[in-house]
Amino acid sequence: MTVQRDVGTFARSHANWHWSEIAFWALALGCAFLFPSRFLIMTDIVRLALFAMSLDLILGYAGIVSLGHAAFFGVGAYGAGLLALHGIITEPVLALVVAGLAATIVGFLTSFLVIRGVDLTRLMVTLGIALLLEALAERYSNITGGTDGLQGIEMAPVFGLFAFDMFGKTAFFYALAVLFVLFLAARRIVHSPFGLSLRAIKNNPLRAAAVGVPVNRRLIAIYTLASFYAGIAGALFTQTTQLASLDVFAFERSADLMLVLVIGGTGYLYGGLIGAVAFRMLQEFFSNITPQYWQFWIGLVLVVIVLVGRARLHRWALFVPNLIIRQFAGGKAVVAVPESDAS
Amino acid sequence: MTTILTILFDGIAYGMLLFVLACGLAVTLGLMNFVNLAHGAFAMAGGYVCAVLVNSQGWPFFAALPLAFVSSAAIGVLLERTLYRHLYTRSHLDQVLFTIGLVFMSVAAVDYIMGSSRIFIKLPAVLEGQLDVFGVGVGRYRLMIIVICGLLTLLLQLVLARTRFGSRLRAAVDDPRAASGLGINVPQVFAFTFAFGCGLAGLGGALSAEILGLDPYFPLKFMIYFLIVVTVGGSSSITGPFLASLLLGIGDVAGKYYVPKMGPFVIYTIMIVILIWRPNGLFGRTAAR
Repeated sequence: MTVQRDVGTFARSHANWHWSEIAFWALALGCAFLFPSRFLIMTDIVRLALFAMSLDLILGYAGIVSLGHAAFFGVGAYGAGLLALHGIITEPVLALVVAGLAATIVGFLTSFLVIRGVDLTRLMVTLGIALLLEALAERYSNITGGTDGLQGIEMAPVFGLFAFDMFGKTAFFYALAVLFVLFLAARRIVHSPFGLSLRAIKNNPLRAAAVGVPVNRRLIAIYTLASFYAGIAGALFTQTTQLASLDVFAFERSADLMLVLVIGGTGYLYGGLIGAVAFRMLQEFFSNITPQYWQFWIGLVLVVIVLVGRARLHRWALFVPNLIIRQFAGGKAVVAVPESDAS
Repeated sequence: MTTILTILFDGIAYGMLLFVLACGLAVTLGLMNFVNLAHGAFAMAGGYVCAVLVNSQGWPFFAALPLAFVSSAAIGVLLERTLYRHLYTRSHLDQVLFTIGLVFMSVAAVDYIMGSSRIFIKLPAVLEGQLDVFGVGVGRYRLMIIVICGLLTLLLQLVLARTRFGSRLRAAVDDPRAASGLGINVPQVFAFTFAFGCGLAGLGGALSAEILGLDPYFPLKFMIYFLIVVTVGGSSSITGPFLASLLLGIGDVAGKYYVPKMGPFVIYTIMIVILIWRPNGLFGRTAAR
C-alpha cells in the first residue's frame, strides 16, 4: 500500500508545474519583444523545437530510435502546401490540423512495421520509409513540384484576423502558440498513466508486458502521436516559409534532429526546446566562421558529445544551475538530468 | 535475350562491387553489433586516394588500387584504436550519433580539400571499351570488377572458414568473454578485422568511382545500400551478404532499365518487405543481439 502511494505521489509531484517552467515560457514569449528584428530565425527555432519534441516522444519516452522522422515532417509540409496552393482549406489553423492528421495516418500505418524487430531493423525501416516517401515525391513531381518544390503558396490570415506579414511577426506568434498548445498536450500525456507505462516499456519491455502493459499497442499509439506532432511541425514549416521542396524528406533533416535532441537531452520534453535553441545558435556560429563547411563542425560536436558521454555532459551543463537552485530553494535540484537511453 | 544478359552482367558487376564495399560493414554491424553508418566514408577515402595518385601523381591504375586499400585500412585502424573501440559497449543510439557525426565531418572535409564536384579516375586503355561475347556486349571494366571481386570473395570465404585467424574471429564474435578466456586477444582480432573491412571498402571505393560516381556525398548516398546488403543478407556468414548484394545489384540495374521512373522506389519497398518478413535478414540464422 505504502509503495503504491509513494509511486503515486512521486508521479504527481513530477507532474506539477514548477516555477522554472513558467519562467521558461515567459522567456520564450519575452524573446519576441527582446529581439524584434529576429523573427525569422526565432520562428525557425520554434518549428525545430516542435519537431524535436515529436522525436523526444518516441525516443525519450518509448526508446524507439528513428532515422527517418523527416518522413512525417515531409507529409505534413506537403499536406499544408497542397491544401493552401489549391485553395482547399485556406484557414491556416484548420489546414495545420488536417496536414497533421495526414501525417498521423502515415504514422499509424507505418507503426506496424516499426514495432517489429530489434533496434537495427527499426533504424532501417524508419530510414527506408523516409527514403521511400522522398522517392515517391520525386516520382509524382506533377503533384509535388519535384526538385523545384511547391511554389507560390499564399497563406490566408490566421482565423481570418491575423495576416502573415513580411517581418514574420505573425508567423512567430502563430508558431509559438502552436508549440505551446502541443507542449501542454504532450506534458499531460507523458505524465499520465499512459506516459508512465511508456517509460516502463522503454526500461524493460519484457517486464512491462509481464505487469500487464500492452506493449505493442502502446508503442503504436505513441508512434502515431509523434507522427502527428512531426506533421504539424512540417505544416508549420510550409505555412511560415511558404515553401515545400523535396529536402523536407532528406536524411540530413532526421540526423540534425537527433543532434538537437542529444544537445538538449531526452525524456523531459524541454530537451527538444532547449536543444533547438542551442543547435540553431551553434549552426549560426559555425556558418559565420565557415559558410560552406559548417557541417564539419556540427559533426565534430556530435562526435565529441558521444565520446564525452551524454549523461556526463548534461551533469556538467547543469552543475551551475543546480548549485544556484540548491542555494536558494534549499531542496533537491529540480532541473532534471535526462535519463539514460535504452540500448 | 541479349538485353537480359547485359542487364544480368551489369547487375552482377554492380552487386559484386556492392559486396566488396559492404562486406566490411557486415563484420562490424553484423558480427560485432556496431552500427557503423560511416562505412561509406572509408570507401570514399580509398576512392579519393586512388584518384589523386592516378590523376595528379601519374601512378598506373593497378598500382594505385592496393594503395587505396592500404590507406583506408590505415585510417580504419587509427580510428578504431582511438575512437571506435570506446563505443562497442555503448547503446545503438550513441553509435548512430557518433558515426553520423563522422559522416558529416568526412563530407565537409573532402568537400573542402577536393571540391564538391564529381571526380573521375583516368583508366588505362586496357579497361576501356567492350568485348563481344556471343553477341553480348561485355564492358571490360565491369569484367575486371567481377574478376577482382570474385577472387576477393573466395579469399574471404577461405580465410574465414579455413584459417586460424578465421576461427579466432568467429569465436570472438560468438562469445567474446569465452574467447578471451581461451587466450584469444579479442580487441586485437576486432581491430584487425575492422581495418581489413575498411581496406576492402577503400578498394571498393576506388573501383566504384567509374560506376557509382565519386563525390563528397558518397557516404550519405550509398549508406542505405550498404545497410541493405547487411541487414537483408543477415550476418551469420559471408554468403548471406554476398547473395544479398547480387540481388540488390541485379534488382537495381533491372529496375532502372525496365521502370526507370520508379527509381529507387522498388529497392526500398523490397527492403522493407523483407525486413518485416524476416527481421534477421534473408539468410540470417541467429537472432540479432
